[in-house]
Amino acid sequence: MPCNERLAKRIIACLDVDAGRVVKGIQFQQLRDAGDPAELAVAHASAGADEIVLLDITATSEARKTLVETVRRAARDLFVPFTVGGGIRTLQDAAQVFDAGADKVSINSAALANPSLIGEIAGRFGSQAVIVAIDARRGNGTVDTAEVFVSGGRTATGKKALQWAREAEERGAGEILLTSMDRDGTGLGFDCELTSAVASSVSIPVIASGGAGNAQHFIDVFSSGHADAALAASIFHFATHGIGELKETLRREGIPMRWPC
Amino acid sequence: MIAIVDYGAGNISSVKKALEHLGADAQVTSDPSVIAAAQKLVMPGVGHFSRCQSLNEHLRKSVLDAIKSGKPFLGICVGMQWLFAGSTEAPETPGAGLFSGECSRFAASVKSPHVGWNQLQVRPGSRLLQGVNRGAFVYYTHSYRAPVIAETTACTNYGGTFSAAVERDNIFGVQFHPEKSAEAGLNILENFCAL
Repeated sequence: MPCNERLAKRIIACLDVDAGRVVKGIQFQQLRDAGDPAELAVAHASAGADEIVLLDITATSEARKTLVETVRRAARDLFVPFTVGGGIRTLQDAAQVFDAGADKVSINSAALANPSLIGEIAGRFGSQAVIVAIDARRGNGTVDTAEVFVSGGRTATGKKALQWAREAEERGAGEILLTSMDRDGTGLGFDCELTSAVASSVSIPVIASGGAGNAQHFIDVFSSGHADAALAASIFHFATHGIGELKETLRREGIPMRWPC
Repeated sequence: MIAIVDYGAGNISSVKKALEHLGADAQVTSDPSVIAAAQKLVMPGVGHFSRCQSLNEHLRKSVLDAIKSGKPFLGICVGMQWLFAGSTEAPETPGAGLFSGECSRFAASVKSPHVGWNQLQVRPGSRLLQGVNRGAFVYYTHSYRAPVIAETTACTNYGGTFSAAVERDNIFGVQFHPEKSAEAGLNILENFCAL
């Protein structure tokens, strides 16, 4: 029984949610309304998204109840992996969104403030359920200088992205979600050099994010960037590029894709 | 009623949700009397194989009795691995030994864990995989895998070939997550519900 197939590269649709509505900013600002998270999650999955990420970008305490309800609604008819991030600070916060139907949580600021949270969630729900999100900025510097930012990109931590990615893996993270803040929302393409550096520093999958503008950018991040998955938001919500069309283009270019999807 | 066996190995709400979506009456339980009363059993499980220790201590007899009585049983991920003799991930924790062989870690030549969508090579004649296309994509997340044996009904290649699905009489196991594998996964769960 020969099995010659390859693991597919994943295309992940990200819904940035503010107070129960999907929005997408340019470099974390200038938010535009793009619709209902539950409807969009199912629509993206039907269109071929391999995975859905819901990031709550407000994450204020009042909005938390709304988030859990949004997760529950979005998860109901979703049968692809579903990740929730934004404002998850404790094991209890994580347990709440898992109970609402999430398969993975993405933690960022809280993991930096309290690195043992990674192991706590992994210990209870498994490493496959913990994504550590890293927002990195390097300006014109080399990949070694890329620094980790928190609080939606507002606060520098002094930590280096490569070192933090390795530490996150050691502490039990199952995947790394790497966002280039230099590229986020610009449509200029992923930071392939930084993605490749992180991918070769860890053995867990790396999801590249920030900068997707066209199909070539995805080809680049899967080939020279060695990403296992790529995430994009605004490129899908505003129908500038259908997911199915994107995946077919990538498949024709020799990138392994889940197809038909 | 389908009993979803809960032995503390991770989040199982998505399995329940998928079975309910298909119209099944599914109940998450760690109660031997509920397992005894169920028509079918689904046993999910993620994470470390040592989690099966608590299964062995509290529910092993109930689950094995249900299987012996002919009730359809579906093990998912670690739930499938438990059907084998054991796993090198936790040598002190025995599996059920219903299938021969031991689960082991992926070769060092590939990234581990194996996370994402990969293809099935389906052998003809499987009841569980009826209607699933040859080459269908399913979602995986695991670091250990079961060997290909006589009862293997589908395999996947990742640093070598491993058992994606096994089947003998009323005993079924899948290494991937049907509840997260879109249409192909729902097709498989629907086949199990219809047994």
